[in-house]
Amino acid sequence: MALDSKVPQGPLKDKWTDYKNHINLVNPANKRHIDVIVVGTGLAGGSASATLAELGYNVKSFAYQDSPRRAHSIAAQGGINAAKNYQGDGDSTYRLFYDTVKGGDYRSREANVYRLAEVSANIIDQCVAQGVPFARDYGGLLDNRSFGGVLVSRTFYAKGQTGQQLLLGAYSAMNRQIARGKIEMFNRHEMLDVVVVDGKARGIIARNLVTGEIERHAAHAVVIASGGYGNVYFLSTNAMGSNVTAGWKVHKKGAYFANPCYTQIHPTCIPRSGDYQSKLTLMSESLRNDGRIWVPKNLEDVTAIREGKLKPTQLTEDQRDYYLERRYPAFGNLVPRDVASRAAKERCDAGFGVNATGEAVYLDFAASFERYGSEQAKIQGITNPSAAKIKELGQEIVRAKYGNLFQMYEKIVDENPYETPMMIYPAVHYTMGGVWVDYNLMTTIPGCYAIGEANFSDHGANRLGASALMQGLADGYFVLPYTIGDYLSDDIRTGKISTDTPEFDVAEKEVSERIAFFVNNKGTHSVDYYHKKLGKIMWDKCGMSRNKEGLEEAIEEISALRKDFWENVIVPGTATEYNEQLAKAGRVADFLELGELFAKDALVREESAGGHFREEHQTEDGEAKRMKEFQFVSAWEYKGEPKDAVLHKEALVYENIEVKERSYK
Amino acid sequence: MNLTLKIWRQKDSNSKGQMVDYKVTEISEHMSFLEMMDVLNEQLVNAGEEPVAFDHDCREGICGMCSMYINGEAHGPDRGVTTCQLHMRMFKDGDTITIEPFRAAAFPVIKDLVVDRSAFDRIQHSGGYISVNTSGNTQDANSIPIAKQAADQAMDAATCIGCGACVATCKNSSAMLFVGAKVSQYALLPQGQVEAADRVKNMVAQMDLEGFGNCTNTGACEVECPKGISLDNIARMNRELMKASI
Repeated sequence: MALDSKVPQGPLKDKWTDYKNHINLVNPANKRHIDVIVVGTGLAGGSASATLAELGYNVKSFAYQDSPRRAHSIAAQGGINAAKNYQGDGDSTYRLFYDTVKGGDYRSREANVYRLAEVSANIIDQCVAQGVPFARDYGGLLDNRSFGGVLVSRTFYAKGQTGQQLLLGAYSAMNRQIARGKIEMFNRHEMLDVVVVDGKARGIIARNLVTGEIERHAAHAVVIASGGYGNVYFLSTNAMGSNVTAGWKVHKKGAYFANPCYTQIHPTCIPRSGDYQSKLTLMSESLRNDGRIWVPKNLEDVTAIREGKLKPTQLTEDQRDYYLERRYPAFGNLVPRDVASRAAKERCDAGFGVNATGEAVYLDFAASFERYGSEQAKIQGITNPSAAKIKELGQEIVRAKYGNLFQMYEKIVDENPYETPMMIYPAVHYTMGGVWVDYNLMTTIPGCYAIGEANFSDHGANRLGASALMQGLADGYFVLPYTIGDYLSDDIRTGKISTDTPEFDVAEKEVSERIAFFVNNKGTHSVDYYHKKLGKIMWDKCGMSRNKEGLEEAIEEISALRKDFWENVIVPGTATEYNEQLAKAGRVADFLELGELFAKDALVREESAGGHFREEHQTEDGEAKRMKEFQFVSAWEYKGEPKDAVLHKEALVYENIEVKERSYK
Repeated sequence: MNLTLKIWRQKDSNSKGQMVDYKVTEISEHMSFLEMMDVLNEQLVNAGEEPVAFDHDCREGICGMCSMYINGEAHGPDRGVTTCQLHMRMFKDGDTITIEPFRAAAFPVIKDLVVDRSAFDRIQHSGGYISVNTSGNTQDANSIPIAKQAADQAMDAATCIGCGACVATCKNSSAMLFVGAKVSQYALLPQGQVEAADRVKNMVAQMDLEGFGNCTNTGACEVECPKGISLDNIARMNRELMKASI
């Protein structure tokens, strides 16, 4: 099948408006007869569910958690971008569009990104109207901060809990529709397959995670909003339950999977402490507004610090290497995430890591305490304040901005970050790759949509900070509800979709057989045993930097591990009860397939772009080197084993932006 | 460190449960409490036994899924943390740790340490929202200035993660801190005023319907709340309810 992105004709800035004016609509009386399934209730799924229900469709929403409010969007910390230009610093729709395309290393679709920038301002209006308590200044107006890879302040935030507040906003909009009966909510349910009837997505097979019951759900369209697949690495900042299953199942039924190798490794996470570790914790990028990143200049100091003989606060300015400020003077500590992560890895690989594992750098707030403290002393009219007073005043300001993050850090590491610099190291955080979608956010299965992090999206090869929340809500509130109507307008005479068809029988049978296999297989190794092994292969060979040899090994190793898994995995308990191991077995089985496709995609992409860094393709000073001939989206078609997947290319055309070297120097 | 765990095991909501003893060894003080539980579960799976079921997801204290009652306290001995943020450095070698599910009539046990908190969702359905459509055709976000103090207080109330520690802690199994937090968030913002009276009446009515107890001002909920939600929110809810009722 040839890939058709369905990007409308016309000037960039008019595309979306013109398109909306001309697509087909479903009349309100007919919407009552149309059902839509939404899988996932994070920012994308939650906002889509609420909006579709408001429009009049009958929505069935699914979450594996016990409440829609617990979807992992809730853990997003720093903020959400919007081209409001409230700060008057020259921001505009075009500039947000430009920053996002450049930040993504010219690997995203122009028209989608422009639309995203265009609707961004509406999101803020909408959320304020819903009662989202964004941070405000003393005049009562909304406050902003700055994120990596941009030169304006366009990020709106609610302390370090922006994702939580936005998700609770979407959840509240859902609650209103649940109360009206327009959304039927299925908590503790997991989608285990999509059902395709006459070439169209017409329903799903889901498992009730409490009773184990396998259920059939029919609808006129299916929306996948199940988030990213970062847990393929075992250790990531994702929630323990985050998985690729919904996206992988639609892939296996005909949806192309795009750019699986584009992964975001976030520079500021709490370093790993031991082999027992179950997950990693992010420290918001917003901290780079006020924190300076450094390692010691001299290796002797590194050794002394690791041995506990020297404290970081004892090092003078000229004994420190503020390597981001040194290498990237224009953007300094606010370079994009991929650049900051690689720079940290470069220093640690050279032996400058400051903790026992050698994988940590400092994030230091001392300069901010001083700067804010002096400012506060002036505001409060304190003349000749002591250094201690300045520090105290500065710490109050920092506490108000990031208090919850500092507290999180202290609880995990058992060190007070107000007194000693934080230690941070990159960790897997977000996946730019995902299910391929066209301009309508529809996958290559008609009637099956993918939104939010689950699709391959608007972020190209690297996502800028505070853009995930923007995209999730843009897709769910403002894009999908329009584009899905165009498709559903053909369905007004279809009538109720039956679950009593051969297609549902087959899908249910496959799901049941797989579950029966797991609980009956008397194997020797736990699900986590395999997940950890897969994670290690991914991190070592498909991590922050990749090379041909390693990727070829990864493909072989993952394939062998998958074979071992299907022979020797053990799942305790039965299929007809609450059984977390069983649920996890299915997720890890899918990760074991995705992981191989991931490595294959990374092997084929003979260039460095954004989060995908191929050691063979770098400039003399170690920066990523893009290749003109790879200016396309890799969309993979399922053909059985991951090694047999067929590559389709969607060429990326830039008409409104000049493709340049991506420099932050 | 080596520990003895006394854990509530219950097959399903219809079965009778009991405390069962387990031993774990070589636990690092840097582990989180749930990582210690992972060690136990891996041990059980490898021995062919059923692992202990417990709720957890984000493991960074924000999703509100984890819910253990440890040594008689919701989320255990540390302050301002959820179970997933509790670290083993709070315990000593040789300790015996008692682990129960959140106990309340309105939170029936599903299995072992997993409870059903859907009562919280139903309270939210009854009024935990502002009735505005998500069309995006609202007024500009800056058209109504909101005093920083009010915005900050609304934010403090809105940080509730809906974990239910307040209910589990309360001798009356009252949900007033949870409901008070939601009512307060909207009561403090201009956008929430239009429906304020109906909201508080409906949410309180639903809370009573779900079988939560009343507040007797003990204040234990505030102490155990991982997000430090203040008792002021209960006072504000009562004030709102009074205003709405007269």
